[in-house]
Amino acid sequence: MNNFTYLRATDANSAVNLLAANSTQGAAARFLAGGTNLVDLMREGIETAHALVDITRTPLADVHQLPDGGLRMGALVRNSHLAAHPLIREKYPLLSQAILHGASAQLRNMATTGGNIMQRTRCYYFYDTASRCNKRAPGSGCDAMEGFNRIHAILGTSPQCIATHPSDMCVALAALDATVNVTGPAGERSLPFSEVHRLPGNTPEIDTNLKPGELITSIDLPASTAGLSSVYRKVRDRASYAFALVSVGAAIKIDNGTIQQIHLALGGVAHKPWRATIAEQLLRGADATSENFAKAAEAELALAIPRRGNAFKIELAKRTIIAVLSELTANEGARQ
Amino acid sequence: MNILRKVVETFAHVMPDRDRDELIQRHRFLGQPISRLDGRPKVTGAAHFSAEYPVEGLVHAAIVYSTISKGAIVAIDTSTAQQAPGVLSVITHLNAPQMKVPPPFSVGDSPSSGTTLVKILNTDRISWNGQPVAVVVADTPEQAEHAASLIHPVYAAEPGVNSFEESIPQAKQPKEIMGEAPEVKKGSADVILKDSIHRVDLTFTTPPYNHNAIELHAAIAIWDGNDKLTLYDTSQFTAGTAASIAGVFGLKTENVRVISPFVGGGFGGKGGLWPYTQLCVLASRITGRPVRLTPSRAGVFRIVGGRTPSQQRVAIAAEPSGKFSTFIHEGVTAQSTDNHFPEQFSFPPRHLYAMDSYRIAQKVTEVNRVANTFMRAPGESIGTFAVESAIDALAYELNLDPVELRMRNEPDRDPVSGNEFSSRYLREAYTMGADKFGWKNRPAAVGSQRDGDWLIGQGTATGTYPVYRVVTAARLRINADGTAHVQTSCQEMGMGTETVQTQHAAERLALPMEKVKFEYGDSTLPAASVAGGSSQTISVALAVHEAADNVIKELLSLAQKDSESALAGAKFDDIHAAKEGIFRRDHPHLGQTYVAILKHAGKDFVEAEHKTGAPLETMKYSMHSYAAQFCEVRVHRLSGEVRVSRWVGAFDCGRILNPKTAVSQFRGGIIMGIGMALTEETMFDDRTGRIMNPSLAEYHVPVQADVPHIDIVYTDIADPHTPLGAHGVGEIGITGVAAAIANAIHHATGKRITSLPITLDKLM
Ligand SMILES: Cc1cc2nc3c(=O)[nH]c(=O)nc-3n(C[C@H](O)[C@H](O)[C@H](O)COP(=O)(O)OP(=O)(O)OC[C@H]3O[C@@H](n4cnc5c(N)ncnc54)[C@H](O)[C@@H]3O)c2cc1C
Ligand code: SF4
Repeated sequence: MNNFTYLRATDANSAVNLLAANSTQGAAARFLAGGTNLVDLMREGIETAHALVDITRTPLADVHQLPDGGLRMGALVRNSHLAAHPLIREKYPLLSQAILHGASAQLRNMATTGGNIMQRTRCYYFYDTASRCNKRAPGSGCDAMEGFNRIHAILGTSPQCIATHPSDMCVALAALDATVNVTGPAGERSLPFSEVHRLPGNTPEIDTNLKPGELITSIDLPASTAGLSSVYRKVRDRASYAFALVSVGAAIKIDNGTIQQIHLALGGVAHKPWRATIAEQLLRGADATSENFAKAAEAELALAIPRRGNAFKIELAKRTIIAVLSELTANEGARQ
Repeated sequence: MNILRKVVETFAHVMPDRDRDELIQRHRFLGQPISRLDGRPKVTGAAHFSAEYPVEGLVHAAIVYSTISKGAIVAIDTSTAQQAPGVLSVITHLNAPQMKVPPPFSVGDSPSSGTTLVKILNTDRISWNGQPVAVVVADTPEQAEHAASLIHPVYAAEPGVNSFEESIPQAKQPKEIMGEAPEVKKGSADVILKDSIHRVDLTFTTPPYNHNAIELHAAIAIWDGNDKLTLYDTSQFTAGTAASIAGVFGLKTENVRVISPFVGGGFGGKGGLWPYTQLCVLASRITGRPVRLTPSRAGVFRIVGGRTPSQQRVAIAAEPSGKFSTFIHEGVTAQSTDNHFPEQFSFPPRHLYAMDSYRIAQKVTEVNRVANTFMRAPGESIGTFAVESAIDALAYELNLDPVELRMRNEPDRDPVSGNEFSSRYLREAYTMGADKFGWKNRPAAVGSQRDGDWLIGQGTATGTYPVYRVVTAARLRINADGTAHVQTSCQEMGMGTETVQTQHAAERLALPMEKVKFEYGDSTLPAASVAGGSSQTISVALAVHEAADNVIKELLSLAQKDSESALAGAKFDDIHAAKEGIFRRDHPHLGQTYVAILKHAGKDFVEAEHKTGAPLETMKYSMHSYAAQFCEVRVHRLSGEVRVSRWVGAFDCGRILNPKTAVSQFRGGIIMGIGMALTEETMFDDRTGRIMNPSLAEYHVPVQADVPHIDIVYTDIADPHTPLGAHGVGEIGITGVAAAIANAIHHATGKRITSLPITLDKLM
């Protein structure tokens, strides 16, 4: 690990200013939140920040209700706190469930909402500086393409990169139509969650659409997705403490057997939390039947590209979508 | 088999058995569930592990690992590293002094623990991806790590043999496997198989596995002048480490003191001399400072070997009654280009079943990977996976209950050697286990139990592990104050060594446990062998027993110098240890306490050091432990996820000396077996020979949520031919586990998975 300067921000503005003041061409500065991802990456020589701006003392750690009935969650709310928050559990249980399926209790105690969104891929070759990786060293190649790619993406990949975004929490945020509020050198702005993360394309080194120096201050959830029936299902290699091979987060409203509202997102399948818009479109207004779920799953995965190790994910994703939607339908039926 | 061995075996067969030890019947301390004596120091932090010894002036070393699997170093620029803050020295093959390569691992009279013949830092040749190519010494660990990260050797890479699969056609039969023939056969196995109606013929694969003990490997080296060395090293074999390091650096073995009382998990991974120890000593020699070297978790993956991958074929033919008419077990494992360890996967069937004809054979290939090594039940763990899965398949073929099929093939004598079994109660273990598990309630049909989306199945398998005893020395002293000291260089790896040996010595000397001090983990003490092969408990016990007999004899003759003594005229056979002294057997109130004898004789203590003889009994008898493993699994119908929901392990391991520590060992073995079966795999990239998952995040050992409640039952029947009637219990627990799980999965789903680990994609 290189020596670095440690700076402490007191609020969002000071964080942005400190970062800008300490960033020069070629020498990056980074915000430090829980550090559960950033510090590991620095130890491995993958992130080489020469300055860290600690944002954990900024007053961005609360959760409160918005006037329109939605909810605002500070970027520094710890994952464990967020998952246990009564408002989250009551209105957006999908988010609470998704968070609790991630990492371990110790990590969730440290991890923050902002950090979780900005965490980087777990691709083995990204983590190994002796390997070729376009994300870590643009233009060097992608050793995952013909290597161990069982955990890699099947949707939205590019010939440059097949990495996945590993977050569970973000699958729920994608499904629930969250908005991410940021502030930066050029002022404040808001991004719909679906526009936060990118597909790899020709620039896999760029994970998100945040501009350099921009800080996530909070995440909003709209009133429209509050109180829906929801399920988060994570399929992984051991019972706990493993990243998703495939995960499905869904929130739904069914009226008389017809799907009124559907929010469906997948994890472990793409470079970003994957909002299943094709499936949603087919299902919105359709009957909640297993045939329709199967058709929608089929359509969503139609463009999937398998690699040697991850072809099983296509079928696994379809089955998991169908199972989750069937479970929700059954729950809804029981409620009505 | 060589002639010498033949002669020894013949001798072993006519040799009389050891006298029966009366302690086998005694239960004052032995057999009691006594809590670990090392428990309190460990939870309070008072116990020091190797990296934790406070040493004044300590500096730190870090290793640079090669990133190719084969080739040569053409250039290695260390100038930037040398100028990095805190750096004291950078050592490469260009400036390292010549060192001798330690001889390969051996537990004989000249112990040694070499793991590879590669001349670490004395060659420009690279033999595996991860081979150390430089060592940096700096004031702090961070500075050393940082400077190491600045070194990027230039290599001339050559195509290595990186893939086990591709190496299989080149497999050769080794000359011998742990002294046994690589191939044993009787009758025309292939012909019988071909002509048989009831048969199975399956090929199994097991992946490479790595050691992931919680305590990382670590060493601290402190030189005293040029010819004396103290080494704190996390070693399962202090005597081997001391002799090997002495050889590498041209020292006298007695001038190398290796201290390693506590090992934070060994499992075989700390039995050999891995490069970090040698490099730590080298770094200390060159800098003239005490040096600590603790590789990172990834570093341990790169330089400490693990379990070989294997490909195994098991073909069995049976009569309609289930009786095996022929048995074929053959296959291939890997070793590195620079070590010799063909893991003995073909041993289990040599001793498990009655067979009219058989062919049991194994080969080995060489790959450019870190040297393979022992890992809990090497051989038996992967061997039983193949054998016991095939037997389960045969049971379905014959429409017989899998337990019943095994019982119909119980042998009277060892099927290959023809020797008598010293103690075999596998049938009893099956009865106990089946009872506890409720095996009789299991429906025979596959795929017949379901709970929502979960398919449920129950499986069973036999486990087996040999009884090994190794030559061991111990010193025993009885002091004038009536306390006793027992000393031997053996290890406490968390399995309860100190506790059980204290129980034994106290029982043997008729002292309360508080009056016995057991000292261990220091190569300057009388030499114990490797804490491996589940051999330590009985090997040390025998040395202590025989040393104690000598001490008691000496005390008896001291007492008899006084003609008034209550012991006057008594022979050794007439007396025994009782009530903290020596008393007549026929007049239990006649005798003297140790305190009285020593006081009268005016002595501070009496002591004896004793080294046990060779384990000839293991040549005369077929000596093994057995397990009947039972489990229940739940397999998700859609995702293929597997959860183990219930476990009963029934063990036949001689007499259990401490139920508390023994049961922990059985459970630990089963848990490690669950990892082996379902989640663990070292991912060697076949293009580069590089391990791609060198971390606990990506190398999946089982977590709490993967482990069900585990019930343990055991026969507790003493083996008349082992010290204390006991067997080792450290390794038997993992054997049969993977097969039991695979068999339960088959019962749940109808799918026979023959390659480990059984990840969900294989079941979708
Ligand atoms: C062993 C292990 C297992 C794990 N398993 C899972 C799992 O199963 N599921 C899962 O979802 N996650 C898992 N994680 C990942 C974990 O969720 C993330 O590490 C964590 O959420 C990151 O949050 P942090 O606050 O620690 O971020 P940091 O490590 O502090 O930061 C991560 C990145 O985000 C940037 N950043 C932080 N805050 C902001 C902000 N407000 N604005 C802009 N940029 C910001 C930092 O600069 C840095 O680049 C696992 C992690 C580990 C180590
Ligand atoms: S998949 Fe992406 S992150 Fe992984 S090696 Fe390829 S480019 Fe790098």
